[in-house]
Amino acid sequence: MKLFGEKGVERLLTGIAFSAISALLLIALFIFSEGLPFIMRYGLRGFLFSSEWQPQAGQFGIFPMIVATLWVTLGAIAIGAPLGVAGAVFLTEFMPRPVMRAVKPTIELLAGIPSVVYGFIGVMVLAPLIRSTFGGPGLSLLAASIILGVMILPTVISISIDAIMAVPQSYREGSLALGATTWQTVRMVTVPAARSGIIASIILAMGRAVGETMAVIMVAGNAVKLPGSALDSVRTLTANIALEMGYATGTHRQALFATGVVLFVVVMALNSIAGLAIRQKAGRR
Amino acid sequence: MTNKIDIRDLDLFYGKFHALKDVSMAVRQNGITALIGPSGCGKSTLLRCLNRMNDLIPGCRVSGSVALDGRNIYAPDAEVASLRKRVGMVFQRPNPFPLSVRDNVVYGLKVAGSHDRRQLAETAERSLRGAWLWDQVKDKLDAPALGLPLDQQQRLCVARLLAVQPEVILMDEPCSALDPIATMKIEELMLELKRDYTIAIVTHNMQQAARVSDFSGYMLLGEMVEFGETNQVFTRPADKRTEDYITGRYG
Ligand SMILES: Nc1ncnc2c1ncn2[C@@H]1O[C@H](COP(=O)(O)OP(=O)(O)O)[C@@H](O)[C@H]1O
Ligand SMILES: [Mg+2]
Repeated sequence: MKLFGEKGVERLLTGIAFSAISALLLIALFIFSEGLPFIMRYGLRGFLFSSEWQPQAGQFGIFPMIVATLWVTLGAIAIGAPLGVAGAVFLTEFMPRPVMRAVKPTIELLAGIPSVVYGFIGVMVLAPLIRSTFGGPGLSLLAASIILGVMILPTVISISIDAIMAVPQSYREGSLALGATTWQTVRMVTVPAARSGIIASIILAMGRAVGETMAVIMVAGNAVKLPGSALDSVRTLTANIALEMGYATGTHRQALFATGVVLFVVVMALNSIAGLAIRQKAGRR
Repeated sequence: MTNKIDIRDLDLFYGKFHALKDVSMAVRQNGITALIGPSGCGKSTLLRCLNRMNDLIPGCRVSGSVALDGRNIYAPDAEVASLRKRVGMVFQRPNPFPLSVRDNVVYGLKVAGSHDRRQLAETAERSLRGAWLWDQVKDKLDAPALGLPLDQQQRLCVARLLAVQPEVILMDEPCSALDPIATMKIEELMLELKRDYTIAIVTHNMQQAARVSDFSGYMLLGEMVEFGETNQVFTRPADKRTEDYITGRYG
């Protein structure tokens, strides 16, 4: 028995796809409609570049949070990108393929661990370690960077592996046939050929790092001030929204939505750049 | 004329599959040696044994010996990277790196640790001239190699080999992706190159083997059915199977 005709199924799928997209659009619209009027009223400069965040006093400068987000993200990339890319290269070029095929899904599984768990490990293990080794409060920019650096590893490794696997075997053979070692081949041919995919993996990971909230709240300390060193307590944009949204009202609430707008724009920009990098590579082939 | 490469009792297995069966032959110094035979008979496999490219294939086992200037390249103490500098390879499909023309040509030198800019430039020009490519690319040395026409890509692959001054050049159906005119050019190039190099070529094109080679080996199902001077193999084959193949009665 036929429940739907070909046309019916098509219409149903179109409807589902459309409602998913419109749900996303509505969310975006909602955030912007709540946040933009505030930015207009308060002034973009004052909002982005003032360091005073005192909701009770009606001061909403998110500059410290922007700087904190930037540093935490850069720190995470500085830790996660080299490790991730090196791991991907090692697994694809130096391990037998069956080993790689077994390890890759395992690594991808790590992306599914709830971020609370990462945060928990950060609080229980990492923060005390930092406190006893370097001093400071322990809950810090450094702790957040390290935890995020680990959290982005699956993204970097998985997408980099795909990029490196997509490099034609003939490039490797050409290089080896000229007397290059495996390592020279990796360094001079394989990785450069996979460059755009590797860059895309790092940019996507940046998006993840910018957007991560729970683990960061748990380990970053959340003080609203410009960090003087990696050992200082910091509060990121996401942490700011999550921490204050529960009780914020009126202008304060709008300011948090405006913070959301800033995040939204940053993450969208990062994803588009990653998309461009991937498509550019497809075009070159 | 002496033998540059001596292959003795070579057996090769891909896992359980016996791909080369007790093959013996020689590659004469400054000659062109052709391997012919129907597709799947093991020509590429045999050629790839000569610079140990088969090492890259998981589950591939080789026994017997391949002597280059009298020394077994499969000996336990043999060094693969330096072997491949002496025995270079041009592949069936042109496979320049996704780099500029210049970087392709000097790749082998950089791998060998040479970074002197002037020396690299000189070698690039000499190699490109050697592959008859200089005039076509001298104004676009920084253009991406993958933008060149296929036959120029293939000659670029020859040029990048000449840059490392190998002793032997292996060519695996180097013309199969090329049109007849480009094919003729590569053939003429081979005849020129054999003055300085030793060449072994795989081809499924018997006219090509007859035109360019000095020695020919006819392979069938992993066996070397007949090996000898091209002239003799093509006009007075000793084996009935060879005769069937070259007269077109194969299969
Ligand atoms: N990597 C490989 N793994 C398993 N079998 C292979 C592999 N490469 C080639 N073969 C088999 O070995 C035989 C010879 O292949 P090949 O040397 O490529 O033949 P030719 O070059 O004469 O066409 C074929 O039957 C082919 O299927
Ligand atoms: Mg072949």
